[in-house]
Amino acid sequence: MKKFGERIPQSLFFIIALSALSVLALITIFIFIEGVPLISKVGFFNFIFGMKWAPSLGQYGIFPMIVGTVAVTLGAIILGVPVALCCSIFLAEFAPKKISNLVRPAIQLLAGIPSVVYGFWGLIFIVPIIRNYLGGPGLSILAGSIILAIMILPTVISISEVSLLALPPLLKEGAFALGATHWQTIRTVLVPAARSGILASIILGIGRAVGETMAVIMVLGNAVALPHSILDPARTLTTNIGIEMGYASGEHQQALFATGIVLLVIIMILNGAAQYAVRRK
Amino acid sequence: MRVNPRTTQSIAKAVIWSAAILVLVLLFAVIIYILSKGIPSITWQFLSQIPSDMGRSGGILSPIVGTLAVTLVAIVVATPLGVGTAFYLTEYTRESLITKIIRFSAESLAGIPSIVYGLFGFIFFVIYLHLGWSILSGGLTLAVMILPTIIRTSEEAIRTVPPMYREISFSLGGTKWQTMIKVLIPSALPGISTGIILGIGRCVAETAAVILTAGSALRLPTSLFSPTRTMAVHFYILAREGISLERAYGTAALLIILILLINIGANLLVSRFVAKSH
Repeated sequence: MKKFGERIPQSLFFIIALSALSVLALITIFIFIEGVPLISKVGFFNFIFGMKWAPSLGQYGIFPMIVGTVAVTLGAIILGVPVALCCSIFLAEFAPKKISNLVRPAIQLLAGIPSVVYGFWGLIFIVPIIRNYLGGPGLSILAGSIILAIMILPTVISISEVSLLALPPLLKEGAFALGATHWQTIRTVLVPAARSGILASIILGIGRAVGETMAVIMVLGNAVALPHSILDPARTLTTNIGIEMGYASGEHQQALFATGIVLLVIIMILNGAAQYAVRRK
Repeated sequence: MRVNPRTTQSIAKAVIWSAAILVLVLLFAVIIYILSKGIPSITWQFLSQIPSDMGRSGGILSPIVGTLAVTLVAIVVATPLGVGTAFYLTEYTRESLITKIIRFSAESLAGIPSIVYGLFGFIFFVIYLHLGWSILSGGLTLAVMILPTIIRTSEEAIRTVPPMYREISFSLGGTKWQTMIKVLIPSALPGISTGIILGIGRCVAETAAVILTAGSALRLPTSLFSPTRTMAVHFYILAREGISLERAYGTAALLIILILLINIGANLLVSRFVAKSH
């Protein structure tokens, strides 16, 4: 029995360890193989900046969806990041241990709730409020931003909190010794010192917002037209795939994979930026 | 005008406390709303009957079975790969270019949107490998999706095993394999299990990736090659197409309860792990 285990060579572990890399390569290769032919047929410029998405007419322009993605993500960041940063400062600096031990699992739970449930809650709860008090159809960029703001909270909170907690205690003691109040210390010493981690948390939050599909499908209205206000419905890159993948075929399906390429490239840039921010300490 | 630092501090503290309270209120608003609307629909019939008439009547037995089957496939495939990778990174090699590449890949995988996993699973497992819309395709896609979670949590768990344990095992004549099986795995088990439980949570909650790979069939699956529908997908279809609001709430409530249990389980394991390592 002993010999059997010893004979499992290190190379087996090496092969297993390559699984993550090979899967990443497979994902990239297969999505590019499916999507690139359409992009080269339509033309890169026409695909990215085309204003009209009409698969039945052979028109594949995703610019309105890029605008939709940027608008919803920006809204989510504006609404979500301040709350998340305050919450991470709360957990790292102000919360009594008993309370933080209660809040942390709650935030973890927030991350675990299925995105469809958030979407549904938004549809039933947020959309009617917007429709009744602010006008428009309710299904809107604003509704999507609110739901995404909630959904990125756990990401931003947990990573910022970790980077605040990882600071050497000496920093805080030094500031206190100079007579700074707790808040002055946080604002002028701790937050600046943890900025690369905080930045990474925000970038990963952006990544989550850009990549979210099901919650956004339910509250965004999914119109393919270019939105003109935050009360207009819109469509994002992800929802474009989510909605049409069910029945698309042929060229139309390739166009959805091409949308996937754009999404993948954006996410890879964001991931790279976040990893760079973390390492740069 | 110069404001007293103590006043600014009080204001900042009030803002920060209210942000934390807002987060909790939002969480409870979502959970309590769904549970209060959905729990009344959860009856024995609801849990034990197959949906009929597109889900308008009947229960959710087949989505429950589908969820379990897809999740099981994902865990069975992802656990050995994830834990093996973690062992390679911690025990079998030094930090080098290749470990950097492996870590970078895992971190990149963690950021890929689930809809992109869905596209990949569809073109690779469903079409290219001819697995069709099936439990297997869905499970394999989810396995790829949760792989980074399992790698990261297992790696952390193995790293927190004190180096002394390894040294003692080696000094007693233990081989690398024996040390791994008899010393490292048992000490790191709570941490590894936490990763697996978090993975289960992600599988149960996932919609976009499974709807494109496992399909949305309402029949009870008979083999790994049967198409199926998970609870999250069932909920999505019921809610979006307005088929039955009552059953949608019931399904959502059951999902929330499952996620609650999964989180509680993971936290219990973490606290045991922390208690043990101190």
